[in-house]
Amino acid sequence: MKKSLICVSCPLGCPIEVEIENGEVISVSGNTCKRGDQYARTEITNPVRSLTTSVKVEGGVHPVVPVKSAGPVPKDKMFDCMKVINEATIKAPVKIGDIVIENICGLGVDIVATNCDCGK
Amino acid sequence: MLNYDLVVVGGGPAGMAAALKAKEEGVEKIVILERAETLGGILEQCIHTGFGLHYFGEELSGPEYAGRFIEQVEKTDIDVFTDTMVLNISGDNVVTAVNNNEGLMQFKAIAVVLAMGCRERPRGALSIAGSRPAGIMTAGTAQKYVNIDGYMPGKKVVILGSGDIGLIMARRMTLEGAEVKVVCELMPYSGGLTRNIVQCLDDFGIPLRLSCTVVKTHGKDRLEGVTVAKVDDKLQPIPGTEEYIECDTLLLSVGLIPENELSKDVGVELDRVTSGPVVDEYRETLHPGIFACGNVLQVHDLVDYVTEESQIAGKGAADYIFGKKKGGTFINTKGINGVRYIVPQRVNIEGEENLKLYFRVGQVYKGAKVVVECDGKILSSKKKVKLAPGEMENVTITTEMLKDMNKDSEIIVRVEE
Repeated sequence: MKKSLICVSCPLGCPIEVEIENGEVISVSGNTCKRGDQYARTEITNPVRSLTTSVKVEGGVHPVVPVKSAGPVPKDKMFDCMKVINEATIKAPVKIGDIVIENICGLGVDIVATNCDCGK
Repeated sequence: MLNYDLVVVGGGPAGMAAALKAKEEGVEKIVILERAETLGGILEQCIHTGFGLHYFGEELSGPEYAGRFIEQVEKTDIDVFTDTMVLNISGDNVVTAVNNNEGLMQFKAIAVVLAMGCRERPRGALSIAGSRPAGIMTAGTAQKYVNIDGYMPGKKVVILGSGDIGLIMARRMTLEGAEVKVVCELMPYSGGLTRNIVQCLDDFGIPLRLSCTVVKTHGKDRLEGVTVAKVDDKLQPIPGTEEYIECDTLLLSVGLIPENELSKDVGVELDRVTSGPVVDEYRETLHPGIFACGNVLQVHDLVDYVTEESQIAGKGAADYIFGKKKGGTFINTKGINGVRYIVPQRVNIEGEENLKLYFRVGQVYKGAKVVVECDGKILSSKKKVKLAPGEMENVTITTEMLKDMNKDSEIIVRVEE
């Protein structure tokens, strides 16, 4: 079976063809870099995405500070992660890279701040 | 009057990269004037990732990408005025600005870098019937509400325009619990990056309707719904295809316009297609000592290219300040057969370095060739898997190619199917 994908690893968006037999990836073509190959293989077996959102901050210049998952999370767990992040409140000051939520939903991925807020 | 070697108007990625490059080249007195309360420009509200893959070799969010440059600026003696609005640039490069603390200020500069960025086309630029209820806003405004101010502007959303900001906001609103009903696109193709269609729409099952537009808004105090219709190949709504969609929010992602009011006032010549200044390969406008880079020059899709372009402008400004800027013979570049524009518009045939010409195509092409020619001679021809209006392309002009050109030559870039 052949499956067509668009690589989302970077803004190039390479069109990729994956050949699958019995649920296993036989070959990947169309990618221009190694990340494309990697993307195609995980996309078929266990699709993942990096998650970016914001978290409430107390005493900050702004009411929220942007965060991201330090690594990719399974695509079907994104809304579970959103729920946890939206229930959390952190305190200013916050620096880029600060861990906001450790090991979110037990996925082994931390949620980290992507901007600073030195507080009011 | 404050004396500076270089005044940079705008403290986004373009302004910061230009200022830092000029500093690196040895320019002493540099000031960045920024309208917002912090440096960083639009990146501050672009909290999604995808920035920096070319320049840093890693995938960063907007604030992280900006943060790296802010950190560098803070390490230098570049002066920064935030919350500061530039009102005018005069013909002899005096920049007038105002802020709450200092009041009116005048900066006398040897060189000026224009890095004001762009703004979104507003509702008023479209002809949509209906009154003016709350709930209709540009995608960038909604992005600021959600990502900076921390509140959701609506629950049931229709998005008009499939540019990248529209696509990114479709995902953002969905993640925060809104129902994005549809993204309508007037053109028969999306103006956004393919990967954004995959990870912002397909991932969440949000439909993208091509050749479709909003013809009417409903509701008086708050938006209650919109009427969408299919359009024909002349982009006119087709009678009988109207459909009512209930929604409380309409986000517009219908194009970006370089913000060139200051450039126009000082008499900088603008390109009719890009709406940005006409520049040479050093990114100098036709007004001596005034350079331009970033979205004020041409709307980019990748900030990495903004940084690259702004470093060229920063270097150009430094050379100008030190009296080293290359004179020479400048010829025009021209895009034809599907190539809508080229930046830079002018090239020095006595230039000593290879240079890149950036351009956009007017429609989607598959397997077409990008051909560069001059005086009837083909200089390069390269086959591309895909060309799309939403993705900026470039071709390289080598010094070897320049050697055979004369003052009447014209470099032409075209698409060949």
